[in-house]
Amino acid sequence: MNAVIASTRAELLRLRKWPSMWVLLAAWIVLNLVFVYLFNYITFATGGTTDMASSAPPDVLLAQMLPSAVPQVFTQGMAMFGGALMLILGALTIGSGYGWGTWKTVFTQGPPRSAALTGTLLALLTVVIGLVLTVAAVDLGVASVVAVAESESASLPAADAMLKALASGVLILGMWTAAGVLVGALARGPALSVGLGLMWVLVVENLLRGVAAVLDPVSVVTDFLPGTAAGSLAGSLRDFGGDTTPGVLNILDGGTSVLLLAGYVAAFALGTVWLVRRRDVN
Amino acid sequence: MTSGIVVTDKLTKRYGEHTAVDAVSLTVRAGEVYGFLGPNGAGKTTTLRMLTGLVRPTSGSATLFGRSPGNSAVAARTGVLIEGPGFFPYLSGRDNLRVLSRYRRLPDDAAEAALHRVGLRERGHDRFRTYSLGMKQRLGVAAALLGEPDLLILDEPTNGLDPAGMAEMRELIVELAHSGHSVLLSSHMLSEVQEICDRVGVISRGELIAQSTVAELRGDTSLLVRADPRERAAAVLAELLGHDVVDTVGDALTLAVSPDLAPKVARVLVDAGIDVHELARRERSLEDVFFDLTSDVTAGDHTSNDARRVS
Repeated sequence: MNAVIASTRAELLRLRKWPSMWVLLAAWIVLNLVFVYLFNYITFATGGTTDMASSAPPDVLLAQMLPSAVPQVFTQGMAMFGGALMLILGALTIGSGYGWGTWKTVFTQGPPRSAALTGTLLALLTVVIGLVLTVAAVDLGVASVVAVAESESASLPAADAMLKALASGVLILGMWTAAGVLVGALARGPALSVGLGLMWVLVVENLLRGVAAVLDPVSVVTDFLPGTAAGSLAGSLRDFGGDTTPGVLNILDGGTSVLLLAGYVAAFALGTVWLVRRRDVN
Repeated sequence: MTSGIVVTDKLTKRYGEHTAVDAVSLTVRAGEVYGFLGPNGAGKTTTLRMLTGLVRPTSGSATLFGRSPGNSAVAARTGVLIEGPGFFPYLSGRDNLRVLSRYRRLPDDAAEAALHRVGLRERGHDRFRTYSLGMKQRLGVAAALLGEPDLLILDEPTNGLDPAGMAEMRELIVELAHSGHSVLLSSHMLSEVQEICDRVGVISRGELIAQSTVAELRGDTSLLVRADPRERAAAVLAELLGHDVVDTVGDALTLAVSPDLAPKVARVLVDAGIDVHELARRERSLEDVFFDLTSDVTAGDHTSNDARRVS
């Protein structure tokens, strides 16, 4: 246990000072603001006359941008770009260690490999929790500004709804981060792992779902893919009408999505530890 | 007899059909500086990787302090620099050592002491990626020194260092040995190894072909004599010292005797009316021995090498 705590402290120190991590987190926050608030507000403010017009009527658009809607909207970007960015973070965290030769250095310092990797996973979980809390706070702040600007209610969302959304966010982003960690360990390098991970998140899963639409038996598999589970959990939090964000799905119910995501997190984490423990470090 | 703190028994690593390390049995004793020599690709680094738990052996065994490599208790007593330093390029030298200190469960000021020891304190705040090759190497040694380990495993620690840096590193290793550390040193710098190592192991094509003290490997010193007439000098010296110790090499004679006999040899030759042009102490360098051993293996002469093994 002491080795895990020591490893977590070490990883937090080096992650905290890693510019790439801050760039990825900043990109996530900016993209979230752009897609959840900026585009919707422009559409709302121009009365739906822009090419970006949503099928949602203006009152629904405005309701989505108010503080009370934050639990529903702030997970919407997690299934697509949010997941992709966190997968990149996980893949870089592990994969770069092979490129720089730092795993070799770390594994000769004393901690068992399982403890060192558990420390890395816990440090990344800390980052994910910090990111979800930050995004929620930023979204609440922006939504409050919109509410004041539009003379609407600035009342905060119900605590239980907010907590449920925060937990869902941690689960979705945690799953994608763990997936990146596994791909990074498999590829033993940053470039290949990021490339493979992005191909899966942005292309392969969508293609498979397309195939499943015309070839029913394939849906047995596609309905339980990581992206399906993440998208379904994000979708289960939303009760607005209109088009959903890309990646947000209504295939699985919330409970099944949570169980599936938890299973994927455990499988990816254990798979990484198993893989790194049994392989030579050259 | 001093106990071995590093002991390998028929340690072997195969990659498919290729045998990188073939049944290596070596012993590093407490408090000694052990030189591990071999040409590029001989299996030195693979052996060291097995000793540090980075690579699993295919067969055979290794123990450090009586335990398996990779064991946490072993790692806490061992400082390692294997095949160049591996650090986070975006962190400063100091922060890199702080990260490693945390992994070793040491206070952060351990990093400061290690930086000071290798002369990097002034540049400790600079990012690792801005370091010269020599500075990176010194930071690698600093990392190996974290926590004052009992055993240092250093793979080519002078790589990239300028002559002054090499001299400093040599002094540092000697100082560490004098302060009770044991050092397992892999190096291409044979003169350096000859100077600072107590014992050496020579590996070639994965096999340990010699293991002994530096003095034993270099063999006895002898005397070289250039005298005129040479034949008469050989006869006089054979009568004095015995036929089996006098040998003719080119235009000179070599005498397999202690150099302490030089005055007596000179006196006998002069008394016999022989002109003595040169009388010198002759000794083989470790480099001579190394090339002899490794060229023997290349030529497939394993029999003669087996005879050189010393337990």
